[in-house]
Parts: sequence; structure tokens; C-alpha cells
Amino acid sequence: MVALKNIIVTMKVTPKPEEIRFDPITKTVDRSKATNEINPADKNALELALQLKEKYGGKVIILSMGPPFWDQFIKMGIAMGADDAVLVSDRALGGSDAFVTSKVLAAAIKKIGDYSLVITGEESEDGSTGQVPPGIAEWLGIPAVTYVSQIVDVTEDSIIVRRTIKGGYEVVKVKLPAVLSVELGVNTPRFPDFERLQWAQSEFKLTIWGIKDLGLTEDEVGFKGSLTAVTELRELRPRERLRQFIEGSPEEIARELIKRLGLK
Amino acid sequence: MSEWRGISVFIEQDNGELERASLEVLTRAGELGRKFNEEVLGILLGHETDNLVKEASRYGADKLIVVDHPDLRHYNSDAYTEVVSYIINKYRPRYLLLPATRNSRDLAGRLAVRFRACLSAHVIMVDIDEKDRKLVTAVPGFGGNIVATVVCTGGKPEMATVSPGTYEARVSDKEATVIKETIPADLVGRRRIELVEKSVSPMPDLSRAERVVVAGLGTGGDLELIKEFANLIGAAVGVTRPLADMGIVPRDYQIGTTGVSLRAKVAFVFGASGAPHFVYGIRDCGTIVAVNTDREAPIFENCDYCVVADLFDILKALIKELGGGK
Repeated sequence: MVALKNIIVTMKVTPKPEEIRFDPITKTVDRSKATNEINPADKNALELALQLKEKYGGKVIILSMGPPFWDQFIKMGIAMGADDAVLVSDRALGGSDAFVTSKVLAAAIKKIGDYSLVITGEESEDGSTGQVPPGIAEWLGIPAVTYVSQIVDVTEDSIIVRRTIKGGYEVVKVKLPAVLSVELGVNTPRFPDFERLQWAQSEFKLTIWGIKDLGLTEDEVGFKGSLTAVTELRELRPRERLRQFIEGSPEEIARELIKRLGLK
Repeated sequence: MSEWRGISVFIEQDNGELERASLEVLTRAGELGRKFNEEVLGILLGHETDNLVKEASRYGADKLIVVDHPDLRHYNSDAYTEVVSYIINKYRPRYLLLPATRNSRDLAGRLAVRFRACLSAHVIMVDIDEKDRKLVTAVPGFGGNIVATVVCTGGKPEMATVSPGTYEARVSDKEATVIKETIPADLVGRRRIELVEKSVSPMPDLSRAERVVVAGLGTGGDLELIKEFANLIGAAVGVTRPLADMGIVPRDYQIGTTGVSLRAKVAFVFGASGAPHFVYGIRDCGTIVAVNTDREAPIFENCDYCVVADLFDILKALIKELGGGK
């Protein structure tokens, strides 16, 4: 019987993109009015991890890197069924790019230890770089399979997964431990269990680590440790469109469109 | 050690299929190479690559470095990381550009950590700073509403993955000098990831289609009339993210920030509300027609012809007027 060890799921909290406002004068992003949510693909990652646990055992541990208020979102993940959670939270982490993020997460994964799998969302809704999952794998020196849509099987030392590629899919067998990045929307994340949520909010103890706990220094993280810098922000305004309403019966509208667009 | 010089471009292929987006990146690298007097190196990994080499050598590279090995026929994260690292260490290009496709993003993420190098992801503009020669890119964030100018502040090679469709692939009058590299056997010998099965069907190049019909959530996933109409006007079919999430069509057909950006002369949008991440994907289209039952839908702010109606009624009428249907 195959038994998985720790299954570490990375999780991020992102503002809903349609609610982000841009201040053209200060040239800054205003996230304050946007609703925060668990990064959508990370929910798919957690669901996949919980399904794996149900079938092959193991312990599902959420790992996040962000400000202390993210604890309420992490507790939702616990209520969905995760066993434990770690939040890496440190003022020094502000301004970290994907390079630093992957380094910090990899250090935390090492500290958690005894893992069979690291499961992530394919990318975050706000940054959308998609480079953290393969980055984590490189720091840990383990293989990564990105854009996973389905688990096919788990064997003694490997996992067989389906991954999305251009125009189709491939099935690959990868040695454990490994990093899997999960494609957005491949499953329906379960709802948090109400009783478990109450337990999570009153009794569950979230583990919080600072960078010192991970053996990292201030120079290695945040703006200082990053290898990219944002020099300017601007709003991308869609071009002005005609915005002309075409009225009438469906047939009249169809004829008008065909004429204006020269479709016939 | 020699100085880091030149612009390298990873030319992606998988099982003999050349990724057109890498030729777009190569064309852009050629422009930058001429402007800044940097040599342009194409890097192509694969097996039985003769046709690919012929094609890839026509897009403005000075040199095309080819590694041909049976284990490189299919993209393999481990093998590709090792071989490209070997090539980078040997040629030491200052810049490395890749198409922002799944496989190249997978590769770029590993290489960036391997070389402790900066990586700008999914960029919609790539340039070199006139003064300090650092790589400068434009990166869309927050669903495509906001664009950040990102510069590389550390590490070599300075890397970026470039969104497909950002630049046009143009055949150059110069042909690249082909250099066949042999690699140490142990670079591809490690078997942590093994291909079990692969299934692909030919993909229309949505980003280059002249006419596109896009289906949104309003279709409820019923694409029959959409496809019939698209056929009649010779258009490709795309979908919005909710439809791709439903799994009705592969994500390759998804329009928007996490999908394809269109450059169609004419785009029809049926039943999409017009979320920013979607509007981003149609921003470069010529004429946009939108059909939606909700007059207040944001899509009507971002189209040329607005139709407030049931999309199936309009589709049926269009099909009838164009002489299709039964």
C-alpha cells in the first residue's frame, strides 16, 4: 500500500482584479477597495491535495507567505480539510519578487520536511508569473510538473499525472518528491466544513515563521533580495471604441452587421 | 570568464512542432541585436531537427545553436534545464528571451533560479535600456488593467518570457549560421520525469486569425451555432475564461490575460460580460461586435457595435442571412 508523507500546498491571497483601482496621479495601485480571496488556482491545488490524501494518505499542510491578516483565509483552507498550516510573515518580505518568493517558500518547505509533494496553483491572479512552482523545485533540487490537470496514479516512488500542453495533454511519471503546479479550474474546490471552520477559528494554532526561523537574512529577501524592480506603473486603457448600438429585429440586426462588416 | 554578451532566444519545439511564438521573439531579438550591436543566438533543442533548423534559421538570428538528441524530442523539464544551462554556460549570452508558453515558462522558472538571474514573466514589451543596457520589459498585472515597467537589477542572463502575439514573426534576408552542439551524455541521462503518453490535435493560431468568434458564459457552453456561424465567415472560435474553466474546450482557446491576445480584424463576442482580463485579450482587434442581453454589461464599453439581444436569436439570423443552416 502506497502511503504519501506530507503534501504541502502553497497558498496566496489575491485581490479580485476587477476591483483594483489605479490612481493615475500617484501612479499607485489601490487594493484597499478590492475584495481579497484565496488565489483561485490555489484552491484547485488544495482540492487536488485533499483528494490525494483521501486516496493515498499523507498530511495536507498549507504554506503561505504574506501579512498576518491572511490567517483568516488560511483557516478557510483548514476548514476545507487541510491538517495544518504555516504562514511565513515578516516585514522584511515586502517587495519580494518571484525569485525571492520561491526561495522563501523552498526554505519553509525544507523546514517542514518529510514531504512527498509540493502542490501549487499554476500562477497567481495578481502577478501571473507562473515561475514560482518551477523555481521552488529548482531550489529544492527536485523535479516539477507544471500545468497538471489530473492525477492518474501514485506508485511506490512516483506519481503519474496528466499535464496540459498546447493542443492537448501529456501523461508523465515523475519521481517523488516533486512539485506539481495545478491548472486553474481543473476541479471544483469543496466548501469549507462549518464545524471545522468554527474549530479552526477558535482552537487551531497557525504556525508563524519569520525569515530568521528560515535562516534567511534581510538582504536576501524583499526589495533587497529581488532581481527585478518595478520602475513605473501605468494603466492600460483599452482603445476608444465606436460603442454604437444596433437596434431592430434579429434579422434586421444581422443584415446591418453583415453590411457594415462586409461579411458577404 | 568571458563577458556576458549577445541576445539568446530559446526556440521551442515539441515532438517536431515548432512554436511560432518563439519566431516572434526571435524577430524582436533581431531588431534589438541590430540596434545595440549584439549577436543574436537561437537555441534549439530537439531530435531529427532538420526541418525545424531550416525554418528557425530564417528569422534574424546570427547563429543557431542546435542540440539534437533522442531524449530531447519531447519537452522534458529536467533534460531541457540541464542542456540549456550547459549552452548558457558555454556561450554566456547577456540576455535570454523565451516565448511565454507553458513549456518555456516551466523552463524559464528553473533557469532563473539555477543562474540566480532576473526573470520578467509574460511581458508585452521587451527592450534594452539605452544607457545601462539593462533588460526593460512591460508586464501586465492585476488582470491586465495595469502595466508595470520592470527592469533587471541582478543576475545574468537577464531573462524574459514574451507573450505570444506580442511581436510579428518576420522572415529575414539573413540566414543564421548553424552550430551543432554535442552535449555530455549525463546531461540527459537523469530519469526523474518520463513521458508515458501524449495526445495533441492541431491548434489554430488564434492570435493570428483574421476573424474570431468568441463565446462567453452567456452561451451556457452551447457552441453549436457559434461554430456554424464561425464556419460561414471563416472565423476561428475562442472562449472566455468561465467557459474554459467549465472544461468545454481546451484552455488554448481562452482569450485574455492568461490566454491568447487576439489581433483579428473582426471579432464577434457572444455572451461575455467584459471582465478586464478578457477585454485585455481583444484590445488589439479591429472591429468588435458584442451581443449581450444586459445593456449595462461592461463589454459594451469596449466594442464598436453593441447588440442588446438574445445571442442565439442573433446567431440564427446571421446564419440565415449568410445562407447557412437547414
